[in-house]
Amino acid sequence: MKLAAFLLLVAGWAIVVSAVALLPSAGPRAAFVLAGVAVELLGLGLAVRSHLVLEAEGE
Amino acid sequence: MTLSVAPSPASLPEVSALVCFLLILLVPFAGVGLALINCGLGRARSAAHAMLAALSVTAVAAIVYVIVGFSWQGAAGRPEHVFMVGGKAWGWIAAEPFFLRGLRLDLSPAALVVLLQLFSVGLAALIPLSSGADRWRLGATCASTALLAGCTYPLFAHWAWGGGWLAQLGANCGLGRGFVDGGGSGAIQAVGGLTALSITWILRPRRGKFSAEGLPAALPGHNAVLVLLGCLFAWIGWIGLNSGGAILFLGVEPARVVLIAVNTTLCAAASGLTTVVVTRVRFGRPDASLSANGWVAGLVASSAGAAFMKPAAAIIVGGVAGIVVPLVADVLEFRLAVDDPGGAISVHAVGGLWGLLAVALLTDAGAPQGSGGQWLAQLVGMATLLGLVLPLSYGLNWLLDRAYRQRVEREGEFQGMDLFELGAGAYPEFDVHGDEFLPR
Repeated sequence: MKLAAFLLLVAGWAIVVSAVALLPSAGPRAAFVLAGVAVELLGLGLAVRSHLVLEAEGE
Repeated sequence: MTLSVAPSPASLPEVSALVCFLLILLVPFAGVGLALINCGLGRARSAAHAMLAALSVTAVAAIVYVIVGFSWQGAAGRPEHVFMVGGKAWGWIAAEPFFLRGLRLDLSPAALVVLLQLFSVGLAALIPLSSGADRWRLGATCASTALLAGCTYPLFAHWAWGGGWLAQLGANCGLGRGFVDGGGSGAIQAVGGLTALSITWILRPRRGKFSAEGLPAALPGHNAVLVLLGCLFAWIGWIGLNSGGAILFLGVEPARVVLIAVNTTLCAAASGLTTVVVTRVRFGRPDASLSANGWVAGLVASSAGAAFMKPAAAIIVGGVAGIVVPLVADVLEFRLAVDDPGGAISVHAVGGLWGLLAVALLTDAGAPQGSGGQWLAQLVGMATLLGLVLPLSYGLNWLLDRAYRQRVEREGEFQGMDLFELGAGAYPEFDVHGDEFLPR
């Protein structure tokens, strides 16, 4: 689960970088950057959750 | 991919360079402050270990940075590797020789950058120490620091400060003046704070911190005096850090250091006082260690935009940091089972990210270029910290842990790090208890 979480984080960042480098107009660029950040937040949430699961198993 | 030279910043007149040099000499006080805070928030039986670890990681960071770090980071106006996308050059890594070869260490901007970074990278390396307190082996702290100073830190620092793609967002995409992070809310504090998060996940909590039901036990720091004294040292250091960084990386005129010092102080003051009030309301009495964390969080949040804030805005930035830090510390401990003895994640990662966002919300940093895109430039920088720096830092430390176990042996936690790793305690004339009351 943690691997998937980190892949989501990196994927979100890739969306952000692609939007900045490839989209010339301000509106779509901002929308894709926000979408990338949302994907990153999903990844962060999953990473936190996987840590909680590991801790529960450890106990 | 091609080799290019980034646009050069205006060279500094000799008097300005001298002012900048003197300001940079204040920065080690910030390291002293963080080391004292880390030591005081840890346990008495690991106090000598905490201070020796602080000294060791500072030394490792400086040496590794000189060997390879500056080669990746570079400075604006120096050679770098670039990607060409849509006819625009995007710098991604510097192309300097190892060991600072070919660089004259005088009062030139590049030499001043090296000096400032030599201190700053040590500061970033001190941050994870507090989250790994009482269970992180000395050798592992040094190895992890080598990864930070040789890879994670210089990479992001080049993007933000060395003329890299984040700094170019203004010129290439019209996003305000590009990513603004004068004193290092992102490049130093958030990088260190996110590394601290990686370390807490890898080391896992101290024994006895969480019960079988997942409830956290209070393991208070051993010396509040050290912690609060550390805050005062950090304040001095941060004035130098924010001022020197703003002159070198944002190109502000040296006369603006007065505004920067005022804003840095106001941020810390507002944040510290707000945390005093928040903890007074929550617990019935002010909490000394959380209030100290609030003070430092204000310093952290001030770093990015101190050169562009109005004093009233600095008070707001600090006030928000002072509210957020104790709340995040609670959530991390009570909800997310993260054992962060020194509060590095809430103070440095969250405080740093807030400082970056505050540049867009509460300063006029992007005003000369049209402030419309400044918020997007800041958001892209924050997304890079979360989406690249965190996975990179976790991955490197996870690999290190596979090759060289980072957490101390079970016996070491019962004895305390001082006796187990150093053979002697910090306070030999006092009776310092091990965890004899915990089941083995």
